[in-house]
Amino acid sequence: MITKNLSQQTYTMPSKQDKKPKLLWIQGHSCNGNSHSFLNLPNLENLIDNFEVIYHPILNSTHSYQEVTKCKLNCDILIFEGTFDYNLKRADISVYEVLKHYTQDAKMVVAVGSCASFGGIFKEISPESCCGLVFDKDKLTPPLIEQKGKVINLSGCPVHPKWLGFVLTAFLNEIKIYLDEQLRPVELYSSLAHHGCSRNEYFEWKVDSKNFGLKEGCLYYEQGCRAPMTHSSCNKILWNETSSKTRVGTPCFGCTEPDFPRKNLFTTQTNMSIPQEVPVGVSKRSYLTMAGIAKTFHIKRLEGKLIDYKTTD
Amino acid sequence: MARISKEERKTTIISAALKLFSERGFYITTIPDIAQKVGMSVGNFYNYFSSKDILAKELVIYISNYLGDNIREINEEDIHVSEKIYKIVSMYFDVANDRPEMIEYFLRVYLSNREVFGDGCEGMICVSPFVTEMMIFFDDGVSKDELHNQDFFSAFGLFMGYLGGMVFLFGEKILPQPLDDYKESISTNIYNALKAR
Repeated sequence: MITKNLSQQTYTMPSKQDKKPKLLWIQGHSCNGNSHSFLNLPNLENLIDNFEVIYHPILNSTHSYQEVTKCKLNCDILIFEGTFDYNLKRADISVYEVLKHYTQDAKMVVAVGSCASFGGIFKEISPESCCGLVFDKDKLTPPLIEQKGKVINLSGCPVHPKWLGFVLTAFLNEIKIYLDEQLRPVELYSSLAHHGCSRNEYFEWKVDSKNFGLKEGCLYYEQGCRAPMTHSSCNKILWNETSSKTRVGTPCFGCTEPDFPRKNLFTTQTNMSIPQEVPVGVSKRSYLTMAGIAKTFHIKRLEGKLIDYKTTD
Repeated sequence: MARISKEERKTTIISAALKLFSERGFYITTIPDIAQKVGMSVGNFYNYFSSKDILAKELVIYISNYLGDNIREINEEDIHVSEKIYKIVSMYFDVANDRPEMIEYFLRVYLSNREVFGDGCEGMICVSPFVTEMMIFFDDGVSKDELHNQDFFSAFGLFMGYLGGMVFLFGEKILPQPLDDYKESISTNIYNALKAR
């Protein structure tokens, strides 16, 4: 075996005689966003080669979904994408029955995306019958509440491909993954989307961005950005290894949190010009004290286009 | 006889300075005047405040903390916003009655001599405790659907401008009635202007 660095998303390479763990990917109500996102994992081919893929809606698989629904197979790791719905059938078989069967023998169940984790956007189509695998928004719920010890939530709309790569790599290497209260890996979700945002200097000095797509300004005050209240590593593990929503001038929608989706995603909710919500773990009184003082100062460099600012006369 | 602590002595200086500044004006009042009022040498005074400008800024922070602490207590009470308004108005008028030098200093020195407070006391810096509590008051009122959601400064100006104006009239001895007589009507007016619609 060749052991490589986990943080670089490489892993212990099983030798040919090693039996590959079986991976099964099934779906509830889904837009396939997580399946597509996973395709952007740079080392996808190498990683997936370490699994026997029983079924995946896009990747080459050893079985058809019809064969999967006969519930005669088993898997080591079950990945569920999309909102769970007690009433949903695929190939004339209840998805719930398929989920129950494959969860029995699976060592790990991964809920990919916010729909599978908390209900997400697709819960809106039928709020009564739809939920995540273990959570309905932030409340514990069936269907897998009894098996929650083997469930990992990878919330996000969609999941970041490297977050799933991290979990699969840890699974291959039998590395314990520590989880937060919402069953999300703390390695990936203990930081905030705010951490690593290229606009942090504007946040510090309370300089608003007046529109979308601008390089300058903070999106928290007017444009609805929820990065200071959202647990994710979007600005530490960049998307397509390049960028993030906030870096290109779109507010963070808080898509990794149980209360996603919300309304008015592009508007900051305020009470008399005061943000309704302040950064995680900061009291409103402390935030307002700091913000009020910071706003007193005017930093000329931050008030216009950066490329127009002249450092010399 | 118990020895007076440095902090107590500092408070004594602050009280004396507030009175002198508000009665005589900032520029006319000198450090020897203040030192004499509290019975200490000018040299000793500088052990507490290194300049008149620094003392002037400390006084604003002192007043802001005093008002902020009182409003914070009101903010933390579980009562309707109309009652909070009454309590804030009452507290402000009580200060104007009992310690008029505090409000006088704020209105006649701080707001009228901006050149003194430009460096290190600009904007929210020295008045942060007071303004922050007013922000908490407005934010809480809106979140409970008791106040109309509007621009902060529109509401803040209406509230504090009104109180400042009344205390100014009181200080000029123009008001026909004692300040206490206006608590109820002014609180009602403020609530009617700011309440949820």
